[in-house]
Amino acid sequence: MTHNEYKPFLAEIKDVIKHTDKEYTFRLTYEGAVKPGQFFEVSIPKYGEAPISVCGINDGTVDLTIRRVGKVTNEIFAHRAGDRLFLRGPYGNGFDVGSYKNKELVIVAGGTGFSPVRGVVEYFARHTQDIKGLTLIVGFKTPADILFREDFAVWKDKMQLILTVDQAEEGSSYQVGLVTDYIPKLSLKNAETAEAIVVGPPVMIHFTTLALLKAGFREENIWVSMERKMCCGIGKCGHCKVNDTYICLDGPVFNFTKSRELID
Amino acid sequence: MGFFLAKDGVNAVLERWRDDYLIYAPVRMAGGGPYSDTDSIQYGQIHRVEEIVYDQKSRYSFKEILLPLSQTLFFFTEDQIKEAEELKKGAIIFLRSCDLHAVKRLDQVYLQNGFEDYYYQRLRKRVKFVLMGCQKAFENCFCVDMQTNIIDTYDASLEENGDGYVMDNHCAEWESLLSKYSLRQLDVRPSHVTETNVHVEIPPGVSIDVAKSKMWDEYDGRCINCGRCNFVCPTCTCFTMQDIFYTDNGKVGERRRVAASCMVDGYTDVAGGGSYRKKNGERMRFKVLHKVYDFKKRFGYHMCVGCGRCDDICPEYISFSHCINKLGSAVKEVDGNDA
Repeated sequence: MTHNEYKPFLAEIKDVIKHTDKEYTFRLTYEGAVKPGQFFEVSIPKYGEAPISVCGINDGTVDLTIRRVGKVTNEIFAHRAGDRLFLRGPYGNGFDVGSYKNKELVIVAGGTGFSPVRGVVEYFARHTQDIKGLTLIVGFKTPADILFREDFAVWKDKMQLILTVDQAEEGSSYQVGLVTDYIPKLSLKNAETAEAIVVGPPVMIHFTTLALLKAGFREENIWVSMERKMCCGIGKCGHCKVNDTYICLDGPVFNFTKSRELID
Repeated sequence: MGFFLAKDGVNAVLERWRDDYLIYAPVRMAGGGPYSDTDSIQYGQIHRVEEIVYDQKSRYSFKEILLPLSQTLFFFTEDQIKEAEELKKGAIIFLRSCDLHAVKRLDQVYLQNGFEDYYYQRLRKRVKFVLMGCQKAFENCFCVDMQTNIIDTYDASLEENGDGYVMDNHCAEWESLLSKYSLRQLDVRPSHVTETNVHVEIPPGVSIDVAKSKMWDEYDGRCINCGRCNFVCPTCTCFTMQDIFYTDNGKVGERRRVAASCMVDGYTDVAGGGSYRKKNGERMRFKVLHKVYDFKKRFGYHMCVGCGRCDDICPEYISFSHCINKLGSAVKEVDGNDA
């Protein structure tokens, strides 16, 4: 008998970390294999399902950072530690942390686009000896939109961390500028062998990859994670399909040599 | 083995089949057409062979039996999730060659692309197909060019012949039943068409580059993104997950999947307001290339089966087959751009 992959299971909320009014991280019980960049379908019966990427992997729990933007996520935000949510997954390929070992790695992320790649940063923050050099460039719209402040405080000694905002009030202590502004200034031993991960809105991915190529990165060393409407998560519903590619099955993480051919 | 049956014999067979199966075939829905005093030919349950409409193409395809337009997956009561039960009986579906070719496309997506779909699979394994031979092509059919005019993977075939019906049977468990109710055995080859009025030519060298062609701009203005083409297509399989709760008891509800269309607004919406393919021309290009280019790239054969229902249904008289035939010059156009 075929397994009913649509049937969700219950996961208990162990903790809720509030970043901003609109963005919380829910720590949910989950035992099982999961990779950064994979996603779960999180649901509340009678309201619906939403695909949410894994932003942290812990012993017996996963962290899902959720932005409150619609019917389902509004309802999720009414839940507290001790409550339970329904999950199914994880789905998608996720990032293969091993492929960046002993290399220089540059991660460029915009806004909540940081969530899918946070697990990769966390891994190398814990295993600094596994990587030759890690640079993290994260951009948010304004200082009020910054997520994971506690992480950045811990990480700033373990990697080269560039936190930037698109705009800030005068006199703010934050660096102001687009993530792409920092790419020409990267100090790398060898851009030709360095790897890069880019996650964010489509326009940001477009201009960031252009800047990386200009800085000497090779196409095959650039990785992107794509956001699409993964409604079923298992290659059936069609919403996330681009050309012959199902983002939910073949992605959401793609090498740039593949993603550049994906025309919506 | 082939059989010749009188009408009463066929109806006796249908009656026996109904012990174990629901029988679906194209039927006439009087007054159900798009204009006043017109009928609609669409799938419904039948009891007698006279109800089956052979002389017209069905407006909608058989797919809504395998993939209901709205299908309940779960019932929710407080914290309980109860899986929707399956039908007590299997199904026998009467369909034409193009549609039986379409079943292969549905199987491809629902059984072989990622996880097997539980709901599809549990029904699919209890479905048998009876081929309706085509003695003539209908308006807008282009099955011959899509090589879907002939098929032999049916469980049985049935068509009128003189003063009775002929049937070819591939299903071992039906053999004795058909022997009992037939008048005689004979060699039966289901009719198939070898010529259609409409022709298509899918040019070699189609690639995603053709997205850059100006040919799609026309559809920005003409297409009204109603999605009828998707809903009648026997190979369109998309759906959207949808939860509802009952208005008279908010604690109880359902999770359903409902048919979705890549032409309709909202199909690509992501959380926070983003969406892709905003123009109708882009959506047309996405659909057309899926049917005659990228499905093949992934699975090895074209998705479109040439039934022409999309052309029949379009309220803006947009022709899918004409669009395919414009791909050749579009390929040349974008090649020229690059040079």
